[in-house]
Amino acid sequence: MPQDRTAPAVGADVQLPHDLMIWVLIVSELLVFCAGLWGFSAVRISDRAGFADAAAYLHPLRAGLGTMILVSSGALAAVGALRMQRRYLLGAALVGAGFLMVKFYEWRDLAAAQISTETHPFFTFYYLLTGFHAAHVVAGMVILAVVAARRRPAEVDAGVAFWHMVDLVWVLLFPVIYLVSA
Amino acid sequence: MKYQTQKIALAYFVVAMALFAVQVTLGLVMGWIYVDGNFLTEILPFNIARMLHTNSLIVWLLVGFFGAAYYLIPEESEREIHSTKLAYLQLAILVVGTVGVVLTYFFNLFEGNFLLGKEGREFLEQPKWVKAGIVVAALIFLYNISMTVLKGRKTAITNIMLLGLWGIALLFLFAFYNPSNLALDKQYWWYVVHLWVEGTWELVMAGILGFLMLKLTGVDREVVEKWLYVIVATALFSGILGTGHHYYWIGTPGYWQWIGSIFSALEVVPFFGMMAFAFVMVWKGRRDHANKAALLWSLGCATLAFFGAGVWGFLHTLHGINYYTHGTQITAAHGHLAFYGAYVALNLAIITYAMPVLRGRDPYNQVLNMASFWLMSGGMLFMTFTLTFAGTVQTHLQRVNGEGFMDVQDQLWIFFVMRFGSGVAVVLGAILFIYAVMVPRREVINPGPVVQDAAE
Repeated sequence: MPQDRTAPAVGADVQLPHDLMIWVLIVSELLVFCAGLWGFSAVRISDRAGFADAAAYLHPLRAGLGTMILVSSGALAAVGALRMQRRYLLGAALVGAGFLMVKFYEWRDLAAAQISTETHPFFTFYYLLTGFHAAHVVAGMVILAVVAARRRPAEVDAGVAFWHMVDLVWVLLFPVIYLVSA
Repeated sequence: MKYQTQKIALAYFVVAMALFAVQVTLGLVMGWIYVDGNFLTEILPFNIARMLHTNSLIVWLLVGFFGAAYYLIPEESEREIHSTKLAYLQLAILVVGTVGVVLTYFFNLFEGNFLLGKEGREFLEQPKWVKAGIVVAALIFLYNISMTVLKGRKTAITNIMLLGLWGIALLFLFAFYNPSNLALDKQYWWYVVHLWVEGTWELVMAGILGFLMLKLTGVDREVVEKWLYVIVATALFSGILGTGHHYYWIGTPGYWQWIGSIFSALEVVPFFGMMAFAFVMVWKGRRDHANKAALLWSLGCATLAFFGAGVWGFLHTLHGINYYTHGTQITAAHGHLAFYGAYVALNLAIITYAMPVLRGRDPYNQVLNMASFWLMSGGMLFMTFTLTFAGTVQTHLQRVNGEGFMDVQDQLWIFFVMRFGSGVAVVLGAILFIYAVMVPRREVINPGPVVQDAAE
């Protein structure tokens, strides 16, 4: 039977909001962090007590404060994207710096207690995941500053989408690392 | 041939195929050494044969890439190559360097000499003067290609090719850094070895495959470009930190086990993307290109790369598994199918596509060429399965039961015999391929009459 190959396939015309490439990046990032959390949870099953002891060195309350700061920053970024206003976008980046401050104190305390990536598998994952995430916060702040300076709608949308991804990743890390293990 | 300077590619392809013949012949010799351990021990020690087998592979693939670039860049940039003389000078330097390497390895000339003797680092054992020659040749090439692209039309394919080829040249500079600390040595060594084949070479692969799909299927350039950008992004995202899967057991900190496992597991994505890309383009394409053999090699390349590099790579990339399989025949199985699928088949695809154009004749010899595809690919797949089973048995005997290496090798003998047989098929396929693109002037089988809607 001859086929009509000119007809568009179902779903071929679906338009993604924002650029395709930012979605490729976001999906890739989420895959990496989810794989990290999956590895964390799998190793935890083999050593629940050890993970609980290790998690006792963290301060969930302080991390919760960091969560609130980062989510507020996400809200500012969303407003900035809606109104296309520079001050909200820069404000979001600045509040992001507040989150990094909280992280800095946490790492400083752990370093003071002589805790490194090799101390316990819990801390290997802890440093890897929070470190990777913090690196993304720094990258996101730079991106927000750049898109705020240029204020081109497509770029602002993509930059803010990246920032929401950074938020989302933290909201996944926070309960698994700080709350569930303890 | 639209541009006269595309003819440069012919010389590169001929040199590449000559080295290809050398490479598979040495493979066959080594395959027999695995069967009869005393074969040629005095004349051609195993380590020398292995160096020649792997080095000639890398060199012919690179020469093929250069040829591919000289072929496709003029068509993409819509202008002649900047300098024909420089292109031939570059090839001459590479040939002299290759001959120098073979003589140095074979006769162990100037042993221990800083500049002239072999360096003893796996894959990077070339004497320093050859390494310097490679850099000079690469600089000539990059100058020549970049000047052509800068003055001409810029497309996604030329951008990706340039990014890949510049990356290859810059990363090679790490070959000159040889710290005395063995762990550090290995760490930087992978900057060349891994970031070539699982980074920059993938970009070249995406570029060449994109060009072939554009020509063979006639799909819109916009569609091809979108796919290429996604493939390149996922390749770099996973491949760069994927280097960590080489850092499990060399003395680097333990967190590399998780970085390596997670990122290298994602390396399957760009290879899946390339396979999906090739098949979707053929499905969407409306052009019925006469060169069916080139299409077969292109699809075969994307498919076998997905299995060899993607699936067989994933097979032993997680550190919990690699703890047992590291350096067994599992690695050899992966290495053979990955290089064959991703880069050998890619070169043979562009050669199959370009040679009829370069030699000014229709693709007469397609039946022989396609037969060589099935013979070579069938042989290589059989070799991969054989080595995979050998590696599984070896892992159990050696790593789980703790038996001695040579005792285990003896027990793997039957697999090595079968591997030798599959190697014969690969070599026959290679000879058939070279014959098919170089010699016949007419199709060996008369095509039947064309029938519309044959099923009705």
